[in-house]
Amino acid sequence: MSQPTRRTFLKKLGILTIGFSLPVSAAEDLPGSLKKTPAINAWLEVLADGKVRVFTGKIELGQGIRTAIAQMAAEELDLPMHHVEVVMADTERSPNETYTAGSASIENSAIAVRYAAAAAREKFIQLAAQQFQTKPERLKLKQGYVECRNQRKSFSELLEGKQITEAVKMPVALKPKGSYQLVGKSIHRPEIEKMVRAEAWYVQDIRLPGMIHARVARPPSYGSRLESIDEKAFRKQFPDLKKLVIQGSFVGITGPDEFEVTQAQQWLQEHIRWSAGKALPAGKDLVGYLKSMAGKGESVVQRGTISPNATWKARYVKPYLMHGSIGPSCAVAWYQNEKLQIWTHSQGVYPLREALHKLLSLPPERIHVQGVAGSGCYGHNGADDVAAESALLAMALPGTPVRLQWSREDEHAWEPYGSAMIFEAEARLDPEGRIQDWTLELWSDTHSTRPGGNPENLLPAQYLEKPFLPEKSLEVNGGMTRNSEPYYAIPNLQITAHRFNGPLRVSALRSLGGYGNVFAIESFMDELAEKACKDPFEFRLMHLKDERARATLLKLKELLKNEPKNPSEGIGIAFARYKNTAAYCAIAARVQVIQSSVRVLKMWAVVDAGEIINLDGIKNQTEGGLIQSASWTIREQVRFDHQQPITRDWYSYPIFRMSEIPEVEVHVLDRPEEKPLGAGEAVQGPAAAALANAYYQASNRRVRELPLLLNSYQEQIKPEK
Amino acid sequence: MKTTLHLKVNGTTHTLSLNPATPLLYVLRNDLQLNGPRFGCGLQQCGACMVLLDGKAQPSCMIAVDVVKNQEITTLEGISSGDRLHPLQQAFIDEQAAQCGYCLNGMLMSAVSVLQETPEADDQTIREGLERVLCRCGTQARFLRAIKRVIR
Repeated sequence: MSQPTRRTFLKKLGILTIGFSLPVSAAEDLPGSLKKTPAINAWLEVLADGKVRVFTGKIELGQGIRTAIAQMAAEELDLPMHHVEVVMADTERSPNETYTAGSASIENSAIAVRYAAAAAREKFIQLAAQQFQTKPERLKLKQGYVECRNQRKSFSELLEGKQITEAVKMPVALKPKGSYQLVGKSIHRPEIEKMVRAEAWYVQDIRLPGMIHARVARPPSYGSRLESIDEKAFRKQFPDLKKLVIQGSFVGITGPDEFEVTQAQQWLQEHIRWSAGKALPAGKDLVGYLKSMAGKGESVVQRGTISPNATWKARYVKPYLMHGSIGPSCAVAWYQNEKLQIWTHSQGVYPLREALHKLLSLPPERIHVQGVAGSGCYGHNGADDVAAESALLAMALPGTPVRLQWSREDEHAWEPYGSAMIFEAEARLDPEGRIQDWTLELWSDTHSTRPGGNPENLLPAQYLEKPFLPEKSLEVNGGMTRNSEPYYAIPNLQITAHRFNGPLRVSALRSLGGYGNVFAIESFMDELAEKACKDPFEFRLMHLKDERARATLLKLKELLKNEPKNPSEGIGIAFARYKNTAAYCAIAARVQVIQSSVRVLKMWAVVDAGEIINLDGIKNQTEGGLIQSASWTIREQVRFDHQQPITRDWYSYPIFRMSEIPEVEVHVLDRPEEKPLGAGEAVQGPAAAALANAYYQASNRRVRELPLLLNSYQEQIKPEK
Repeated sequence: MKTTLHLKVNGTTHTLSLNPATPLLYVLRNDLQLNGPRFGCGLQQCGACMVLLDGKAQPSCMIAVDVVKNQEITTLEGISSGDRLHPLQQAFIDEQAAQCGYCLNGMLMSAVSVLQETPEADDQTIREGLERVLCRCGTQARFLRAIKRVIR
């Protein structure tokens, strides 16, 4: 799976960037990631065989971005899909687009590729017009050639084997949308065939000559330090193992036989003496505890004046949730000839390289980080941590490729979770049932501790002899306030946020604070609709001015028109516009509640993500978002005792299994003239509220604290309050 | 403590020298370099490592290789005949039934097992057959559609 490196690429790019003479304003006018990387050949190369190679700094996570980007390039260049090759995140080949996150890959990367391809098309036409001595209007692009009656030259011939090193300059003429052959259609993702054929695709499938396996011995709690380890006894037990790497409290074990390495890991966990870390607040009222630790409130939005007589108040709680990748994090690292190469499923190869540079004191140009597919991550899971750990082990074993595979327990217990959140809402209605005042006060930990070039957010860095320790801050940031402002017309509004440093390690989980905020807002909207004696659709529409938002809700209403009312069942709805600036999403859920059991029977989604790039891609992401959010909302909660998280496997942290999967129906509104928007996260929040609202309709019980269903196992060992 | 044993995988018998307690999954992935069965939990809880043992879907992450030495082992690599895909593999492509795809092995191998036993399986039978396999992307609705496409 190793690809030939092109060291010259970065160099070339560096020279181009330095010699680049566009005025700043021109670069600022460029769309998406072209602002930072304007050179056409940073995004697109013409190959000798007539194909085109496209570069993106984003990585394929199962969200289908590889295909969407290929579609946009193929469309502008009139190429068939299989003539476009896509190279993804790689510090020696791709542009630096930092993280694949926030549903921003379409808006930044795919747009950059679209404009770079359109600019390349202009260049091909211009060159062909000169070389054929004809007018540009007479030229046509076909299958990698520019044609004019009986003359034709391939892209590569036109460039005489060179690449287009110029910058994209606006305006660039894009292909008219009406003539699209690929964009907007459902295009198959070619990697699915590789997956069903069991071809090597994931970082877990990398096998290098002489590669050895590795595991890390974990302490009993976050703050524990290594006290003693009986290396003699260990050697006696495992004479064949290659190397035990001990650096401060970081303990890694490597060897040629993976099974033996796992046994050694187990032995080490049982025999190492660790200091006790700081106790976790088990058995305490978590809500009271988190609020007591929080900083003073910071105003997020303040509009008008809130009068003291609220019509209704409610408090909502979202627990800690885990990413729960099915394949635990994995990385391969190889230090040879003073150069470190890492294969990783990290969402940000460049920020990881920067963090590793500081962690290992190795110059960045001697670290090559190559993105490879992993198991779906849904945010910042153990990917960066395992890469850093593999790097430490590889540096200790020069010349030997090291494959580090986290165990299920490593991933469940050590990944950075999505933070718990608390919301207190108040509102006042006028006599017509319109919301006059709205107050929301929220408490949350941060929603991003990605390395971002800083080693302290890499797990092993915290355990070294001279540890890098993350700074604790009580500053409110954007992740926690995402979607905290309702997308409704409300005259008097006051949103306040408090940050706490909670007991568990946390970072970015799909939609960040958007999931909790929309759950709270849309549950509260349902409660207010009832107070106002209005239908939930009508109540929302009364407060919505944006026509696209209204159209999304009205389409959902139409879908539910003939839905029957069944005993013990209820239908709930919710709406949000992701980040209040991205995709619109309206959700309905039908649930059945019998005594304490709840079943999700069906979920509907209507999505407006602007211009559609890959229709099936949006549908797939939305269907998946519905099911994942239903699992989070109904079942999930990370729990801990005084030492550590106790949800360490799929029994203690159950997620939806096949018998629980609802029917899903997704409608995508086509807006060809609008900007294309990412759709990967829009569903998470409204799906949660739709389920809670449906549960209320079915049972008359309003659940304000998630998860909706605590299964019997959780009930039994739930810490006492 | 290495022993020599013979293992029949996808119709071919391999002679291997290894610790007989090694879980089958590690042997398939590391000694035989197969990608189909995947490591997910090592606890028989998620089904990512599913293989067919004498035609029935079973997790391979805990079972010792010594225990299965007399059984026919089939992995995802073994269900197609050369370039010709198994109808379920084709149906998964046709329905674009994957996001990250990490669970596909478990879903496909379980589906093969279900349809071998019950060619006209109904929704509930399919779900029961796939109950041991976890998917985190939420692609289950597509898996069900793909399997039903084969039954139709």
